[in-house]
Amino acid sequence: MNTGDTAWMLTASALVLLMTPGLAFFYGGLVRGRNAVNTIMLSFMAMAVVSVVWVLWGYSIAFGDGNDWVGDLSALGLSNIGVNDLLAGYTIPTLLFVVFQMMFAIITPALITGAVVERFKFTTYLVFLVLWSTLVYSPVAHWVWASTGWLFKMGALDFAGGTVVHINAAVAALVAALVFGKRRYPGLEPHNVPYVVLGAGILWFGWFGFNAGSALASNGLAVNALLVTNTAAAAGALTWGILSQMQNGRMSAVGVATGAVAGLVAITPASGFVTATSAIIIGLVAGALCYYAVMLRPKTGLDDSLDVFSVHGVAGIWGCIATGIFAVAAVGGPGKSGLLDGNAAQLGIQLISIVATLAYSGVLTFVILKVLDMTMGLRPSETAEAQGLDITAHGERAYVSDGAD
Amino acid sequence: MISIEAIVRPERVSHVAQAMEDAGCRGFYYVNVTGQGQQRGVEVFVGRGGQMARRSAVPKTLIRAVIHDSQKDSVIAAIVAAARSEGEGEIGDGKIIVSPVLDAVRVRTGETGDAAI
Repeated sequence: MNTGDTAWMLTASALVLLMTPGLAFFYGGLVRGRNAVNTIMLSFMAMAVVSVVWVLWGYSIAFGDGNDWVGDLSALGLSNIGVNDLLAGYTIPTLLFVVFQMMFAIITPALITGAVVERFKFTTYLVFLVLWSTLVYSPVAHWVWASTGWLFKMGALDFAGGTVVHINAAVAALVAALVFGKRRYPGLEPHNVPYVVLGAGILWFGWFGFNAGSALASNGLAVNALLVTNTAAAAGALTWGILSQMQNGRMSAVGVATGAVAGLVAITPASGFVTATSAIIIGLVAGALCYYAVMLRPKTGLDDSLDVFSVHGVAGIWGCIATGIFAVAAVGGPGKSGLLDGNAAQLGIQLISIVATLAYSGVLTFVILKVLDMTMGLRPSETAEAQGLDITAHGERAYVSDGAD
Repeated sequence: MISIEAIVRPERVSHVAQAMEDAGCRGFYYVNVTGQGQQRGVEVFVGRGGQMARRSAVPKTLIRAVIHDSQKDSVIAAIVAAARSEGEGEIGDGKIIVSPVLDAVRVRTGETGDAAI
């Protein structure tokens, strides 16, 4: 065991956990004030539910040896992992890898909730968390990151979760928006812009753990990942800001925050394989693509309320393709090359990983939601939706200003 | 007794309050309100900051006071002077609504009518 690597990975795990409350505020600021507590709780409860699921069986399904498609139940309850066992090929305890991966498992279903805010029956959501985490997240994580997974063996490059986290969550969000239908009482403006920017800031900060931590060691690769992560976020934010200014004559703070997230999403799969100048291009293109996707989405009639697919889906897909283009062996090591480094075949592998994730997550999410709709019901009553879910699902209000404050 | 409801720009509130006090109206309250007048709302970014939309959400402040009949002209003149934008004034400077008041009661003493305001 290397204490430096272990210390960094403990820190990185904590950084990634902080992204979920960051996301809570990002989403929380975008909704109506009467649904702020509920929207924040959708993210926060993912920490409570998925952490337990991960320890009991989630990790085992994702990282147990199993077969090409899914892990086995050998690590049920983490019972076969000793305190001093080391992760194969690395110098950190296996349990630390379990913890680090747990944080990814938490934020992924939380990302989905952006598509169905202001209309998810809370008790059903808790069951959805268990089912989606078990049946969708864990298997896809197995494909891409477990040494026995089929996409891993095929050589798909996904450093920190472009497919597993972002495309996976985004297509689930798209399907969820479709199954749920539109909000009955949609608001127009984000109710709290400072929350949105605060949330984006916390996400940006936590993303250093997400990407640089995916090196699983405290080394040059981690440093490069942190550098390209920050660079792509900046390029994405800048691009969105400039487009917003040019098109509307004013620069939307929510837009700049979204641009930063777009850059961060796009660099996620690439962060262990590309240089800082490539990161500028990746972030810039992500910012522009997502800007136009967000502009176009309302025309589709689909109420993906907080544009989860327009941002995480579009930037996630672009990031996975970009990894196949910009990956260089000089950063990621031998064999980790893309189109510009003379390995055009990588682009094909990246496309397969994108399509596989889209298809699997799309279909499974549809089935899970349909079953929940028929058994527990997906949406709260119309009255509850009109009153806002803060009072009706939680008995609390985000803003008390009636003399009781 | 008459009631004055003045809808003014939020940024002019301190001016207006001072002018009302100078005109002898020492009691009033104000609340922040949103709505629209002839300028037809404001443009704001919606959703994730992509497109903009027009909303009837122009911020204004509503100042309310009850004054003696004799103060009517001087108080209204004071509010108009303090609330109007520089020069000829601009759309969105607001409105003053004047209406009669039936009675008023001072809670501490029980005085009524003009003695209570």
